[in-house]
Amino acid sequence: MSGLQLEQSPTTGDEVISNYTINFGPQHPAAHGVLRMVMELDGEIIERIDPHVGLLHRGTEKLIEHKTYLQALPYFDRLDYCSPLGMEHSYVLAIEKLLNLEVPLRGQYLRVLFAELTRICNHMLNIGSHVMDVGAMTPNLWVFEIREDCLNFFERASGARMHSAWFRPGGVHQDVPLKLLTDIGDWLDNRLPRLFEDAMSLVMDNRIFKQRNVDIAVVSKEDALAWGFSGPMIRAAGIPWDIRKSQPYDVYDRMDFEIPVGTNSDCYDRFMVRVEEVRQSARIMRQCLAEMPEGPVSSTDRKVVPPKRGEMKASMESLIHHFKLYTEGFHVPAGEVYVATESPKGEFGVYLVSDGSNKPYRCKIRPTAFSHLQAMDFMSKGHMLPDATAILGAIDVVFGECDR
Amino acid sequence: MTQVLHSAPRFASSQGVKDTLTAALGDMLVTAKEQHGEVVLTVVRDRVEDALRLLRDEHEYQQLMEMAGVDFPDRVERFEVVYMLLSVTKNHRVMVKVSASEATPVPTVTTLWPNAGWLEREVFDMYGVVFAGNPDLRRILTDYGFEGHPFRKDFPLTGYVELRYSEDEKRVVYEPVELAQDLRQFDFMSPWEGANYVLPGDEKAEAEAPGAPTPKSTEKPSETGAGKATNKKAAESESAPAPAKDKSAEEAGAPKPAEDRPARKPRAASAQDTKPATQSKKAAAKKPVAKKPVAKKSGAGKSAAPKPAGDK
Repeated sequence: MSGLQLEQSPTTGDEVISNYTINFGPQHPAAHGVLRMVMELDGEIIERIDPHVGLLHRGTEKLIEHKTYLQALPYFDRLDYCSPLGMEHSYVLAIEKLLNLEVPLRGQYLRVLFAELTRICNHMLNIGSHVMDVGAMTPNLWVFEIREDCLNFFERASGARMHSAWFRPGGVHQDVPLKLLTDIGDWLDNRLPRLFEDAMSLVMDNRIFKQRNVDIAVVSKEDALAWGFSGPMIRAAGIPWDIRKSQPYDVYDRMDFEIPVGTNSDCYDRFMVRVEEVRQSARIMRQCLAEMPEGPVSSTDRKVVPPKRGEMKASMESLIHHFKLYTEGFHVPAGEVYVATESPKGEFGVYLVSDGSNKPYRCKIRPTAFSHLQAMDFMSKGHMLPDATAILGAIDVVFGECDR
Repeated sequence: MTQVLHSAPRFASSQGVKDTLTAALGDMLVTAKEQHGEVVLTVVRDRVEDALRLLRDEHEYQQLMEMAGVDFPDRVERFEVVYMLLSVTKNHRVMVKVSASEATPVPTVTTLWPNAGWLEREVFDMYGVVFAGNPDLRRILTDYGFEGHPFRKDFPLTGYVELRYSEDEKRVVYEPVELAQDLRQFDFMSPWEGANYVLPGDEKAEAEAPGAPTPKSTEKPSETGAGKATNKKAAESESAPAPAKDKSAEEAGAPKPAEDRPARKPRAASAQDTKPATQSKKAAAKKPVAKKPVAKKSGAGKSAAPKPAGDK
């Protein structure tokens, strides 16, 4: 140190400080996929965010227009690849609505059971990655154990860990063995609560976690409605809106469950809503297991649902049905419906226009993340740069679905 | 009204909603219909903002959940823009439609719902419908610098350009799409139910139905790719030499003997010893069993011997 003269800061005085614009992504681990956000920063304060989406745009809706109704189904697994069955659910219900097709009770119970398992599976990924985005490593590893269990159950039901293509128009593709149901019951009673509550006990009251999430991105009820929020995002804002409850589909009207709502509408509330939803999903699944009747798992309308292999060996008509359904596919009467279900991330809708042929004329997919991500600019304004990862984590965005 | 058998989401009954909204919208409405329990209102394009404001403020449809574009190329105004509204208080949904063409802008509803911004950008990007008053009508889902509107029915599924990384230029380059074969479109429509396929070369057939596959054909010999230039090129290119006649005994696919492995000692006993088990007397007398190459013993297994195709 030479003398007592203070060093002048180069940024003080008359010099003008200009805002700094940075790119967040397209390859950034906290961007949850390929998201590019152009951020205008004033120091570390976010002034403006312009999210650039579409880097994963595959033209799914156009591809679906060139496939038969059944061939288009697996595309839905590939939209939100963290909750594939939730995506399929909207699509099969839209087709059934156009056809006015009845699904046997066991098929409906199986769908609800596996839709809730999907919800747990999805929330495990989101909870884990949200926690990791704000700095904690261990809980993510623990909840991935649970996610792995879920994927194993999917594999035992459908043969595929992620892209199940198991919900079909008219029901589900195959019945599940009894052992799978008893194993899921065991898992719900023992393994899930132990692992999940252990992992959450590390996070929920953690000082660092709260500092990073409480009072971040507060959204009022009016804003949540105006920005088209749905799912945990709107529930965290204090609006008890859940399509499973208010517009029940399949056998959700028989289920007894509660809708968690937030009080503060910040990132911490969004997180806690998801934590409670996992417990409620487990509750729904237990009821499904207890009440599930015996019977067929998919409609016996052979003009829509192909016959089983065994029938084909003995019946000429079954053979014809099988051949026609896997080549030409079934025809759907002309009309249009918009069917939205409560996917783990929010309202996932399918707007299906049929012209009476064997292919959808138009299939518009309503992604959950589109509206939420659009509000990123308004939610992040005035927050610090590291808060952007927490906000993004609490949105629960998956780009397969956002970009389609 | 048919009985509802499906198990799709059951929102509040649409009973009377159509009549109420028809009366409320007045001359803004073009048509109203109810189908599958869903109310669809078609409104005048220029007044869509007023109509939606009325539905939002007077009839409690608070949320704009989705906007969809649909393309009907046969219509005069070929596009439909569909707004899906949700009322969380009445637990009800309605769809509001306007029609538009490339040249007729639709008034923006960003003044009513901020999330309409991206939804309108998407319809603009995919269909080219212009929204008058949208402050930020950029493309959203397609690539930077993309041309055209991909979800129009006349836009080909394969698109017009493809991109690859060029090793020469050390960057990603865009090139016109080149298909190794025609894109195959199967619709499997039953020929008894309207599909009208024309076999190639059938002059007496009626005109082709739209959407029927066009067989790939060439009109002039020069288009076939045959000719002097091709012959010359074929002569230049190196192709594998034809297999020599005398190698016919060697089975295809059998691994070559390893060079650094010493050949096994010849059998002490005569090859004739196995005769009773493997050969008829006549053949054995004529041709003694040839000594096999070493590697064949270990590696050849059952896969080495070529079998006629389909012999399984």
